[in-house]
Amino acid sequence: MFKIVEKVMFSANVAKLVVEAPRIATARRAGHFVIVIADAKGERIPLTIAEANPERGTITLVVQAVGPSTRQICALEPGDELHDVVGPLGQATKIRQGGTVVCCGGGVGVAPLLPIIQAMKAAGCRVISVLAARTKDLIILENEVRAHSDEVIILTDDGSYGRQGLVTAGVEEVLRREPVDEVVTIGPAVMMKFVSLLTAKYNVPTMASLNTVMVDGTGMCGACRVTVGGKTRFVCIDGPEFDAHQVDFDQMITRLRNA
Amino acid sequence: MPELDLIGGRDAAWREELRQSVSSRQRTDIPRVVMPELPAEYRITSLTEEVNQGLTQAQAMQEAVRCLDCPNPGCVGGCPVGINIPGFIKNIERGDFDAALAVLRRTSALPAVCGRVCPQEKQCESQCIYNKMGKQPVAIGYLERYAADHGQPAEQAPPVPNGKRVGVAGSGPAGLSFAGAMANLGYDVTVFEALHEIGGVLKYGIPEFRLPNSVVEREIEALRAQGVKFEKDTIVGTTLRPEDIAAMNFDGLFVASGAGLPRFMNIPGENLINIMSSNEYLTRVNLMHAGTPGYATPVYRGKCVAIIGGGNTAMDSCRTARRMGAEKVMVIYRRSEAEMPARIEEVKHAKEEGIEFLTLHNPIEYLGDDQGRVRAMRLQQMELGQPDAGGRRTPIEIPDAIVEIEVDMVIVSVGVSPNPLIPNAFDGLDVTSRGTIAANADTLQTSIAGMYAGGDIVRGGATVILAMGDGRQAAQAMHQALNSANN
Repeated sequence: MFKIVEKVMFSANVAKLVVEAPRIATARRAGHFVIVIADAKGERIPLTIAEANPERGTITLVVQAVGPSTRQICALEPGDELHDVVGPLGQATKIRQGGTVVCCGGGVGVAPLLPIIQAMKAAGCRVISVLAARTKDLIILENEVRAHSDEVIILTDDGSYGRQGLVTAGVEEVLRREPVDEVVTIGPAVMMKFVSLLTAKYNVPTMASLNTVMVDGTGMCGACRVTVGGKTRFVCIDGPEFDAHQVDFDQMITRLRNA
Repeated sequence: MPELDLIGGRDAAWREELRQSVSSRQRTDIPRVVMPELPAEYRITSLTEEVNQGLTQAQAMQEAVRCLDCPNPGCVGGCPVGINIPGFIKNIERGDFDAALAVLRRTSALPAVCGRVCPQEKQCESQCIYNKMGKQPVAIGYLERYAADHGQPAEQAPPVPNGKRVGVAGSGPAGLSFAGAMANLGYDVTVFEALHEIGGVLKYGIPEFRLPNSVVEREIEALRAQGVKFEKDTIVGTTLRPEDIAAMNFDGLFVASGAGLPRFMNIPGENLINIMSSNEYLTRVNLMHAGTPGYATPVYRGKCVAIIGGGNTAMDSCRTARRMGAEKVMVIYRRSEAEMPARIEEVKHAKEEGIEFLTLHNPIEYLGDDQGRVRAMRLQQMELGQPDAGGRRTPIEIPDAIVEIEVDMVIVSVGVSPNPLIPNAFDGLDVTSRGTIAANADTLQTSIAGMYAGGDIVRGGATVILAMGDGRQAAQAMHQALNSANN
């Protein structure tokens, strides 16, 4: 069992959970995810690791309540336990050594983006972070992102915080202004699709971290398959990060909608 | 040892008496027993009730009489692990089921499992002398199951700990069999399992109507009683990195991580909604209990379902789809039924359950509706050509013979590729061009000192019995190596 030692509600539907998982805390790297099962009859759902503390033996998960299982997990309190947590899974992020990187995250996508921002900064990159959400309450981890970014641009759909606009407006502003070596995008599939279309126009290499449906998360089921560069790939073992310009986002969105 | 072996030996006095007690003529006149089964119309309503009900005591003892106790039994040679088949069958004939089980246990860690899932008609039973007489072979598989289900394991003194510790990656048939063999030799054994349940393919893959979870649990409990420890949710190579494994100071590691990745055919439309691998479908239904009230995992219930492939996994999938309420279930296979790799019994059961077999057809494209869901498949009709290297006749396309059939769900069951998690994690671990771990054929030793490997991660996709055999073989080799290192 995996005990929850700390919980913060970022907004009404988004919880940060700090969970005891010592082996995973030691082994994980930026980009890795875990599979979580809430209780004995729960389903296996993938969640990206936002932070880890090997000394304390904990990992941090940020969960948005969108379905029955995520609602159940968000309702857990410190002292409660998750039935199963397994990982770290997936390929770790390839961290660029130096250069300028734009890291753009939408909604809870900022959580898995944070360790990448931290690692890119630590590797000597100039990091420009673009955070976007529907409204002010849904902008998460702003202080943590600021602590590891050279610049932070915030956008909300309704203009309640930062600038009014979509994430693409923030990214495009940077691309127009200065040379960028890489864009990293994590968020809803439709957001990543439009970021990818934008950066393709500017010819900037772009990495997207995909969050598809998974059952086992270890390569066994193939539920997570996506088309990348015309080939079927498994997000769980080939990803979760792929060259965004090669990803068939429309197919991915269709598969997610019907999940 | 043979002449002194009182329970399994052919020369034992009781065995000689038993042979004399009934004439060969009387033995061969007995017809082969028929396995009692649940009626098809009833069993398609239950995911968990076992179709084969098992022999009664009278049936088992009579079937055991059929065995002629041959001096050079072909059946033993047909068994991948060389079970002393006449030895256990003659114990059933004399009514000593505990002794029958004891004979089985000498070579098989999972007799209750193998009695249910082994392809006996291609192994032991295919070598039975009855075949040469134009009669049906002795029902060795049914008898194995009977002994395993009804024999009581002998009270064993707990093995004396030998002070050595070994790790196992994977709790499927290879890992369990290795764990049992090593625990018997006094090793401290820890089995790491990636999933949240112990049992590997026995739990996530093979449905309960063919292999009840209670049977698997009994085997696992027996191992726990021997002192074997299990750690679930633990992936060797990632949760435990190579350096973590090294720090645990095991004297040896056995990798039995299984088959892994489902294969797809890479044809147009294969990523449409409601097309999935048999691994996904069976994992949802068997491991996650999708469709059982109270469980959170969803699964689509197709009304008109096609299963692509002709192996045992395809049979498990089509019969599961039937039980999940599908009205029409079709097995699509590109060769003819004669080439089908599935066990004959599974094909028979599937047909009884109303599954349609569309052989000599091969999917070439799937068509979707405006929501991206599969609505039809296009099938290329085939004919059989010359035998290939494996002796099976190769399917050849018939020009312009393409049919379109409506479906709302497709389960792709065309095999698996090795899971790359462990090969990728360990530097210096040699793999074959197929991605399987390269292991010495005799010792199952890999290119890394102290690391052995067996089962589907080495074989690529085989049977429970072969995986189990690998587990025993690796245990013997590792034990020998560790002992000689000491001397």
